[in-house]
Amino acid sequence: MNITLHVWRQKSAREPGKLVTYKRGDVSPDMSFLEMIDVLNEELAAKGEEPIAFAHDCREGICGSCSMMIDGMPHGPQDLTTTCQLHMRTFKDGAEITVEPWRAAAFPVVKDLIVDREAFDRIIQQGGFVSVNTGNAQDANAIPISKEAADKAFEAAACIGCGACVAACPNASAMLFVSAKVAQMAELPQGQPERYRRAKKMVDQHDAEGFGACRNHYECEAACPKGISVRYIAQLNRDYLKASVAVAEHAGRSSGPG
Amino acid sequence: MASTVANDANLAKVAKQNHAMGWVRGFVTSSIGAKYVMAASGLALVGFVLVHMVGNLQVFLGWEKLNAYAAFLKSTGSLLWVARIGLLVAVLAHIVSGLRLAYLNKQARPVRYRKQTSMHTNVFARTMAVSGLIVVAFIVYHLLHFTLGVTNPADYALEDPLGRHDVYSMVVRGFQQPLVSASYIVAMALVGMHLSHGATSMFQSLGLNHPKYNSLFSKVGPAIGVLVFLGNISMPVAVLLGFIQPR
Ligand code: HEM
Ligand code: FES
Repeated sequence: MNITLHVWRQKSAREPGKLVTYKRGDVSPDMSFLEMIDVLNEELAAKGEEPIAFAHDCREGICGSCSMMIDGMPHGPQDLTTTCQLHMRTFKDGAEITVEPWRAAAFPVVKDLIVDREAFDRIIQQGGFVSVNTGNAQDANAIPISKEAADKAFEAAACIGCGACVAACPNASAMLFVSAKVAQMAELPQGQPERYRRAKKMVDQHDAEGFGACRNHYECEAACPKGISVRYIAQLNRDYLKASVAVAEHAGRSSGPG
Repeated sequence: MASTVANDANLAKVAKQNHAMGWVRGFVTSSIGAKYVMAASGLALVGFVLVHMVGNLQVFLGWEKLNAYAAFLKSTGSLLWVARIGLLVAVLAHIVSGLRLAYLNKQARPVRYRKQTSMHTNVFARTMAVSGLIVVAFIVYHLLHFTLGVTNPADYALEDPLGRHDVYSMVVRGFQQPLVSASYIVAMALVGMHLSHGATSMFQSLGLNHPKYNSLFSKVGPAIGVLVFLGNISMPVAVLLGFIQPR
């Protein structure tokens, strides 16, 4: 098949970028989108041009590296699919495809299609874990957990931190990401002791990173390759409210009067 | 227990956060707290808009009813002022918080996409700040028109046979001018658009999202939007078509 690509090229964070057009003939419909760019990159390298920089790792839809905005949609037009799992047969012969990096103040462009998503790591560092003292591993079923709770936690835990929610959001908000990372533990007994502190600290870090505020457009849910539901955002809203108005301690230790 | 420097710093931070003004300010300026402010003030405004509409629809029952209702509201005295101040606080919180969020959200994406495709959101949701601002401009005009009588002093001064403020005649004479009616109709279209997203969005902001009720919540906004639009424009339309006659 024939396609025309308009790809965002930008040497570094400091230099301005622009869309560059590449005409492609002889594209196999069975190629993944990344493979199609691999072939283009080989040709560019052979001509002595700079290949298109893009992030990728697992190429099986679980690492969340392959961020790119394809035709105005994170990871392209197919539902529940990362770029590495998107095949060229999704597009029509002769299609013109625009490819851009994620756009958010909190995700600065490093080069071409690669953005810096460390802001997500800093949010996780604020509470995306359960603090435990080390020791022997517990018996597998020592803590009873209902099937419903396990399923809900697992649904939230499917988040691969790819940033598609931020990319799609008209306000560049990362609430879907934060809500999933809070919910995967809020649903389980192990997550309860730090539940409200975690919600408070992770949301505050989210805001400090310069992500926007969620206004319930639900573009994130539509874009999420793992189908994470916005109901986790509603749950986060409740937990954050409780953490702010009813819980008297956030920094990891409670202080008694006097 | 030995306390480290980091721990002391943390405790100082906690003490500051637990100080009332500290946490209230922190909450209302956080992205989620601001959502609660929008939703709670929005809910108060929706409540007002609905009650206001039902009260005004008495114009269809004739001048005695409408003028008696107006006189009754005036007679509540200080209670009326409590309601007015409550409304003012809700409107100010809604505007300040809404505009602040609109500004911060612009900052959150300084470089825009060359191409972006909407997958779920709609035009009403995307134009909340614009529809809201036009509605504020209308509210200012509306207050100058019917509440303060600045734009129409002669009609405002009218009295009915019982010596009461003749709201009925003021409204009818106002709506007999096609341009005045048109401005009310356009403003109500914008209120309808704003509410058709806002009155649904409100539930999610308040943390209400449940598979059993989501389809209901999703209908509340459009239903209130259409209701407020049709209910309110019925008055200028009825005057223009002659269904409501001058006293
Ligand atoms: C005074 C000018 C107004 C401005 C600038 C304004 C602006 C906004 C904005 C920016 C939002 C956020 C929308 C979102 O979350 O996506 C909003 C939400 C809302 N507005 Fe307004 N608005 C105004 C007037 C009104 C009025 C008069 C009403 C009631 C009749 C109203 C009811 C609501 C409701 C119910 C929401 C939903 C809150 C939520 O999403 O949780 N607004 N408004
Ligand atoms: S490369 Fe790992 S998800 Fe696409």
